[in-house]
Amino acid sequence: MSIRASVGASIAAPDAPAARPGAPPLAAAGRPLSELIERLRRRKALIAPLLVLVTFVVVGLLAPYLAPLSPTATDLGLKLTPPAWLAGGIVERPLGTDQLGRDIGSRMIHGARLSLMTSLIGIVLSGVLGTALGLLAGYYGRWVDALIMRIADMTLAIHLYILAIVLAVVWGPGLRNVLLVTVFLLWSRYARQARAEVLSLKEREFVIAARALGVSSGRIMARHLLPNLMASLIVLSTLQVGFVIVLEATLSFLGAGISPPNPSWGVMVADGRALIASAWWVSTFPGLAMLLVVLSVNLVGDAIRDLLDPRLRRL
Amino acid sequence: MRRYVLSRVAQAFATLWLLSAVGFGLARLTGDPLDVLLDARATEEDRAATAQVLGLDRPLGVQYAIFLRNAARGDFGNSFKTRRPAISTVMERLPWTLELGTASFVLSLLVAVPIGVVTAVKRGTAIDVVGKVIALLGQSLPTFWLGLMLILLFAVTLGWFPAGGTGSLAHLVLPAITLGWFTVAGIMRLVRSAMLDTLGEEYVTAARAKGLAEPGVVWKHALRNAVIPPLTYAGLVFVALLAGAVVTETVFAWPGVGQLVIESIAFRDFPVIQIIFLLFGVMYIAMSLVVDLLYAWADPRIRLAETGARPR
Repeated sequence: MSIRASVGASIAAPDAPAARPGAPPLAAAGRPLSELIERLRRRKALIAPLLVLVTFVVVGLLAPYLAPLSPTATDLGLKLTPPAWLAGGIVERPLGTDQLGRDIGSRMIHGARLSLMTSLIGIVLSGVLGTALGLLAGYYGRWVDALIMRIADMTLAIHLYILAIVLAVVWGPGLRNVLLVTVFLLWSRYARQARAEVLSLKEREFVIAARALGVSSGRIMARHLLPNLMASLIVLSTLQVGFVIVLEATLSFLGAGISPPNPSWGVMVADGRALIASAWWVSTFPGLAMLLVVLSVNLVGDAIRDLLDPRLRRL
Repeated sequence: MRRYVLSRVAQAFATLWLLSAVGFGLARLTGDPLDVLLDARATEEDRAATAQVLGLDRPLGVQYAIFLRNAARGDFGNSFKTRRPAISTVMERLPWTLELGTASFVLSLLVAVPIGVVTAVKRGTAIDVVGKVIALLGQSLPTFWLGLMLILLFAVTLGWFPAGGTGSLAHLVLPAITLGWFTVAGIMRLVRSAMLDTLGEEYVTAARAKGLAEPGVVWKHALRNAVIPPLTYAGLVFVALLAGAVVTETVFAWPGVGQLVIESIAFRDFPVIQIIFLLFGVMYIAMSLVVDLLYAWADPRIRLAETGARPR
């Protein structure tokens, strides 16, 4: 997906930097979170995806307490047991087992925890780094801007999988590698968004007034500009969650992400790849869980974007 | 315009130069190729001799300078593995990736453009919602899992298409669908929003006013103008497809550049890694240069703005 995904995002937003000078402040800036939740709840079509997301988060947080069995405990006597409703399946292993006899259901529950953790940490890290650099680029302009944005452009020209696999060779696959690649890929999206908005915000009266009063640049950025960016950065973040989950799984599938025997959904799909003809359940269920979660998070993300700021609908 | 073109071209070359350094560095991060090339019985003399043949005994800076000088002449060195020019190793595999990429691209256009048009015309109806779900589904399905599910359904269960490998047109079907699926969503969204803009234009109203049948208005007058923005991105989408092919090639054992790069990293075959890295970099830089220039040509504000945002 890599470059492909980043272009996917940019082709979806040919004219996205929508912040025009003189545009009204983002509608959502001062709106309480409870009202947003209330408005999301009133949309009937969102009930199912919201339920999926709540389940995902709860399962992810409570995985060690919810999973009936250990995600890594093998039981070769029960290897490749089909799901309970098929001939040969047993109730104790409702979704079947893999080639080492590990319980697929328990592994999926722990996989949710990994997905949740990766996407949250990856997005926060990329968001902080990208927003800071975007603020600097937009506020100072000139060579600072040129330098930061040229680097941002260059990251898109780098073949993501070469980078990811080489880094996995150097430092070994694992969560750290996934996070590195995620930040490498995502920071520039935040930087572009923050920069575009700062360019118009810094010409507004409240910023000019602050500067005239002698407020320091750092304080202007942190106290006057940053709060005005939050709404669109939150929207941008909700639209990245699904992307990061898929990225982690894809890297793990290629052997450059979370490494076996850890129960990443991508690792699980890879485990079942050679068995697709004989034991379809090994790959199918973790992928299905991923599809459900990512689809839900994208649906909800779209809705949040529409509610917070219709002007960002092409983001 | 001339100044803008010159500065963008200069920028493109600067980026390319930086990329060459990144590619050079990444290749060397994979480790010492001598460990792969020579077995455990090799003496220190053997190692030194091999390093000298491969040019790896020189300081890194010198190696990079030689790499740059030779690359400028089109010489990318010999593959450590095959001992033949690395460029020909890559060129043998590139057609496979191009074939897969082209098939996916055409397929996704055939699906995405009509859906984009129809969802724009029927905006707000059930059809629009269905289109939206298709777009979201495209962006939510992990490529590697989609590939496996297609194999499960069409190769294992139905037996319509082979599960992997090459040899006939039938071998191309499942990989092309897998790779193209994600792109459908992006193109569809682009066409839809471009169509929405175009349908509000006066010449569309004029075409309707003079009594043209609605299909003619939509598919001829409006679509012809609406495809321009998506078309400018076609090149970038295509490059992205090719780069993303690594995953699809892995799932379907497709012998393209994506597989070659994985093999080369494992073998620490520096020249091949460098070429593939640069190849994708050059394609991406060239395509975004084209997009920028097209936009600057169409919109004077872009080329005049000193610090203006890029058109995407």
